[in-house]
Amino acid sequence: MRALKFLLQKEFRQIFRNTTILRVILIMPVIQLIIMPLAADYEIKNINISVVDHDHSAYSRQLTDKILAPGYFKLNDYGTSYPNAFGQFQKDRSDLILEIPAQFEKTLVKENQANLFMAVNAINGVKALVGSAYLNRIIADFNAQIRANWIPNPQTGTLPQIEIATLNRFNPTLNYPFFMVPGILVVLVTMVGVYMCSLNIVKEKEVGTIEQINVTPIKKYHFILGKLIPFWVIGMFVFSLGLFGVARLLYLIVPTGSLVALYGFLAVYLVAVLGIGLLISTYSANQQQAMSLAFFCMMIFMLMSGLFTPINSMPNWAQVIAKLNPVTYFIEVTRMIVLKGSSFAHIQQQLLVISAMAVFFNTWAIWNYRKTS
Amino acid sequence: MKRFFAFVRKEFHHVFRDPKTMLLLFGVPVAQILLFGFALTNEIKNAHIIITDNAQDIASKQIAAKLAANTNFITHQKQLNPQQIEETFRQGKVKLVVIFPPNFNHDLLHLQKAQVQIIADASDPNTANTLTTYATAIIMDYQKQLWQNTNLPLSIHTDMRMIYNPELKGITNFVPGVMALVLMLICVLMTSVSIVREKELGTMEVLLVSPFNAVLVVISKAVPYFFLSLVNLTVILLLSVLVMGMPVAGSWVLLYAISALFILTALSLGLLISNVTNSQQTAMLISLMGMLLPTLIFTGFMFPIENMPLPLQVMSNIFPSKWYYIIVKNVMIKGLGFTAIWKETLILLTATLLLMTISIAKFKTRLA
Repeated sequence: MRALKFLLQKEFRQIFRNTTILRVILIMPVIQLIIMPLAADYEIKNINISVVDHDHSAYSRQLTDKILAPGYFKLNDYGTSYPNAFGQFQKDRSDLILEIPAQFEKTLVKENQANLFMAVNAINGVKALVGSAYLNRIIADFNAQIRANWIPNPQTGTLPQIEIATLNRFNPTLNYPFFMVPGILVVLVTMVGVYMCSLNIVKEKEVGTIEQINVTPIKKYHFILGKLIPFWVIGMFVFSLGLFGVARLLYLIVPTGSLVALYGFLAVYLVAVLGIGLLISTYSANQQQAMSLAFFCMMIFMLMSGLFTPINSMPNWAQVIAKLNPVTYFIEVTRMIVLKGSSFAHIQQQLLVISAMAVFFNTWAIWNYRKTS
Repeated sequence: MKRFFAFVRKEFHHVFRDPKTMLLLFGVPVAQILLFGFALTNEIKNAHIIITDNAQDIASKQIAAKLAANTNFITHQKQLNPQQIEETFRQGKVKLVVIFPPNFNHDLLHLQKAQVQIIADASDPNTANTLTTYATAIIMDYQKQLWQNTNLPLSIHTDMRMIYNPELKGITNFVPGVMALVLMLICVLMTSVSIVREKELGTMEVLLVSPFNAVLVVISKAVPYFFLSLVNLTVILLLSVLVMGMPVAGSWVLLYAISALFILTALSLGLLISNVTNSQQTAMLISLMGMLLPTLIFTGFMFPIENMPLPLQVMSNIFPSKWYYIIVKNVMIKGLGFTAIWKETLILLTATLLLMTISIAKFKTRLA
């Protein structure tokens, strides 16, 4: 025990004496947590539209006004030439072209039907689908309005109508930062843990000071614990800073579930994450190798965790990778507890998995750490 | 010149004699392009939804069957009361509940009006919104079928064409983005340790006392990584064409040349980081902690930049990957020529020169 105490003293001193690194691991996550959620907004709005109007009738103008009224669409240009509009399209200035043919109004009234043409930039498939659905809804509304003007007692009154009542639970205003802040916080804490832990041990290898420790009677697990505990404390601190400092004060997110459950999970999770850091450092000979490995792992941890893109939409083999990713579980748990008020009973399964991972990675790391080279 | 080549050779030796790092440098981008190219999509598929059917009549069953047939949904039939719905959402698997009231079909046919309730777990607003839109469209489709027999006067039809990506594949949007992300990060990462490493290990002193020009020391550091990155680039391009089925619609030469320029930009940024830091750990933490998330977000392939608040839109301009992403989309997918991308190219070129100049100016020939 005394050996461990001295080791801890050494580690903490090393960390606190390097103010540059201390600043990086404390300030960088906070700044990113403040800025990133503001930028991470999936909501499809500000769709730029080009209107090509060959008709110039009362209807074509009414339709254009109706499209711009709700605020989803921004008029990029209004003209009579399709090639011009397509040029805007190629430059990414507009996402959608609506072409109103000549004699649109006349045809509609005389022949009882008329056509419109819509071209959609589909590189971002989801944006294309949602944008064209919005536009179709507006056109349908416009159509109903015209019908009502011409036929005072339309047949539609006697047709069966299904009304749809929607209710959005937990986040009725569909506020994006509400969803993003907990997830981004998890990723930042994970980065601090994995990077710091993996770079720290390998630095001792590269500089050569590890030899001094290897020749002492310090036990393997003493050494490992001495490395784990300081970063575990830092991880706890960074998470609390993000949760109570940034999320609570700035984004007004108050955790609705059990804080005991959240911190209980965090404690185990950090052990697992630091175990991965240790493992990386036992397999690397210098900091460059450790960094490349840590980078590789972190990219996968972040992108395969359901943070930005839903896991259910991935192909099956990718879902398996997501299931092996510790970050997936902590993001899920944090969102459940903070946003939906879940309690200990709801996260048992995730806790079990993460405990298994913690044991697995640390055992592997200790087993692979050699006092001789 | 001879000295310069000798230095470049030395740098190549540094890289080639560390096989583990080499493996990572080549393996990482390949693995990531394959993994993320296939796995990342902002579509929402296979969402678990529950149908609570209190009516159990023909109309509700037909709508339920329509919902089940849609590939976006995996439906489960279950009678839930409001508390149970709340509890199901808390467990986290189910994203949406559709509730039919008793006498649904009866009300629909005799009162001409019936209500369906959709309750979404909006803790994820994107999923909630999209799934609600899908479900609404399906129910409206059923209503349209009921109306089919009546011919409505004054109908407007809309012909729709999806351009550039008619099958609405998620890959088309994500592959150029992942390319920009991986190239950017790996290039910055590699060079960011190169100079600071010599400082930390003490070998920099040897270089400084040599008659060799300081500017060339900096540049020769970048040369091997530039060639390695070109190899990486070739592999990445081949993978996206052959494995992911993303044809290059525009000119290969143009795409390759611009990518080389982008690699230079990233390498200069890495050199700058390496010059201003004094330990490998600091350099790595800056390029890893500081760049991973911001590059991912501000490249613009994950979240639309036009949605961001104005100050962040301005901020996104300083990320070279944003400009490269625009270029790749234009050349690779839309098949446009140089006239469409000269502005972005100019920005990358200016950024490269600027970063290079600063890092040479910051290079200290004195130790302390």
